[in-house]
Amino acid sequence: MTGREGLQDVLAGVLVDQAHPPTALASPKLAWLKALRAEAVERVGVLKVPTPRDEAWRFTDISALTGQSFHPLRMPTSLQAGDIAHFHIEEATTRLVFVDGVHAPQLSSASSNANANANANGRSVVVSNLLTAAPTHASAVQPHLGHHAKFGDNLFAALNTAFLHDAALIIVPRETAAAEPVHLLFVSTQPGVASHPRILLVAEAGSAVTLIEDYVALHAGAYFTNSVAELALGANSKVEHVRVQRESGQAFHIASCAVSLAHASRYHSVSVALGAKISRLGLDVLQTAEATECTLDGLALIGERQLADTHTFIDHAKPHGASRQLHKCIVDGAAHAVFNGRVMVRQGAQKTDSTQSSRNLLLTAKAVIDTLPQLEIFADDVKCTHGATVGQLDSEEVFYLRSRGLSEAAARNLLTYAFGAEVIDRIPVASLRLRLEQTVLEQTTRQP
Amino acid sequence: MILHDSKTLLEVRGLCATVNGTSILKGLNFIVKSGEVHAIMGPNGSGKSTFAKVLAGHTAYQITAGQMLFEGRNLLEMAPEARARAGIFLAFQYPIEIPGVGNSQFLRLAYNTLQAERGKDELDPLEFDDLVREKMGLLEMNPEFLDRSVNEGFSGGEKKRNEILQMALLEPKLAILDETDSGLDIDALRVVSKGVNHLAGKDRGIVLVTHYQRLLNYIVPDYVHVMVGGRIVRTGGKELALELEERGYDWIEAETSAEGAL
Repeated sequence: MTGREGLQDVLAGVLVDQAHPPTALASPKLAWLKALRAEAVERVGVLKVPTPRDEAWRFTDISALTGQSFHPLRMPTSLQAGDIAHFHIEEATTRLVFVDGVHAPQLSSASSNANANANANGRSVVVSNLLTAAPTHASAVQPHLGHHAKFGDNLFAALNTAFLHDAALIIVPRETAAAEPVHLLFVSTQPGVASHPRILLVAEAGSAVTLIEDYVALHAGAYFTNSVAELALGANSKVEHVRVQRESGQAFHIASCAVSLAHASRYHSVSVALGAKISRLGLDVLQTAEATECTLDGLALIGERQLADTHTFIDHAKPHGASRQLHKCIVDGAAHAVFNGRVMVRQGAQKTDSTQSSRNLLLTAKAVIDTLPQLEIFADDVKCTHGATVGQLDSEEVFYLRSRGLSEAAARNLLTYAFGAEVIDRIPVASLRLRLEQTVLEQTTRQP
Repeated sequence: MILHDSKTLLEVRGLCATVNGTSILKGLNFIVKSGEVHAIMGPNGSGKSTFAKVLAGHTAYQITAGQMLFEGRNLLEMAPEARARAGIFLAFQYPIEIPGVGNSQFLRLAYNTLQAERGKDELDPLEFDDLVREKMGLLEMNPEFLDRSVNEGFSGGEKKRNEILQMALLEPKLAILDETDSGLDIDALRVVSKGVNHLAGKDRGIVLVTHYQRLLNYIVPDYVHVMVGGRIVRTGGKELALELEERGYDWIEAETSAEGAL
């Protein structure tokens, strides 16, 4: 069993965890959750650790992850609000904080304006951890949790589900627009820890919400984040999803995000990968009904020996669906970016309108990018385009800026920044957009 | 204006340049003194635009012989940005689009880079905004161009105005305008010319590279040069441009080759 040895500590932890489940899970009301966990444990026992011999992991060698030992959190870190204040996002007063994977209620803050979030029936937006909210919201949670992020053949999703103790839970009731963005902040404070963040967003019919999923670290060590997010969009709902992966430079970050779109719902995501030694995001969007729209924007900005892998899958299963995708990679140093963008247009998904663009900038001779747009069309009345470019900075653009007095380095930095800013600019939260623009600017103006 | 005792800005002697092994400039001589307006005309492929880009330091061209001095400094040893900071400005024939770089951000960066070089105060965004709007007024440009990416989606005429705006902000000692008139309608031509005439003065030199005489109705040159085969083969006053307009370039090419045969 290739690679299993390395992840042994994590895998062995599953059995220990099953034997000693969190007390809150003992509630008979949560028997379904226990069953879900048991099912996942069974899959963990069967599935192999992926290697480059697996097609989906061809370019992403995770032996550095499987060769290291990570353990479940032993002693929680006691953080003060001030420790993470610099991560706060001005617009997002509703915040759920998880420290090393564990919900930290003292650092979280409920909506300051709950009444504004209530709909005509008096139901308000739920932003809570699963264990607190599950007993009252079981009927909303149960049909979705574990049903969108399939773990039958995904070891990491299975592991996450096997460790499912708690989760970030957001329920936006019918015809309700959440007044402010919801900020989910996952903070790592200890090296050596494996955590399994879990997110469930249920956007009921006609609702609207902006979700910020944010991974940060307060140290520079190695740890393992294995996250799963499930987003269920009801009919005519609208979700903006901003995903920021700014883990430590030594971290391992493996994530699955599954999005399900009901009739005429609209989903927009901006995924930004800056950190981690090795990161992988699998983003699957399923159009389950007609006339849905999804827009996926992505940016990986990496250097040194980082690896960032983005696998997306847009499944046009029904007619009149639209998808727009722009994915950019800026690769410096001896880093390696991978993009695999699969778009499936199933038989009967007529009038599908899909565009996909993968654009990549290599800043050094040692940087590597593997990009694989994959378009599979089984319907005959569709409009689909895709394209990929890999290049260096345009020498005419560099000359133009130099002819105006900018040094060559300043010209190159400005052009690199502009390349990334096109994606950052699409983040619908102004203060986060500005902060990330600043980060990109700093990262692109680093002098060797 | 031709001034007595004005200092030499640019002195080019026997300049030869190649691109990808093809010889373009073949022993070019050219002198600009401050205050003067020069027009370089000539048929397509004569090397006019190459000369303009070589002056600005375009890296695609190799200089194989000759020298270029700007206020006595050897341009061949100066990077493009050093030339810009010394006071050379090239208005591009085809201005480059730079998606993602805001026009106002770019203009301010260029302006402040040169201000710092000249030992003058840099302007903050608000101060710069006042300055740039004043200059845009002169060029009858819509301020909304400040909020767009550099040249992105600009029409041909808008790009040319944006070049002249940069020139007006950077106040170069030597401005080289590479076919700035091409693709301009009559109103745009008038406005662009106004911008150039506004800048012209006793301390500056202007070099107009153009294919047509019509620009010279608006910006009156002191000298008109004809470039053929990578060299300047004839120099005259503004009346030479009218003669070229009437008779074309064939007669000069014929005379030049006849002279060459002697």
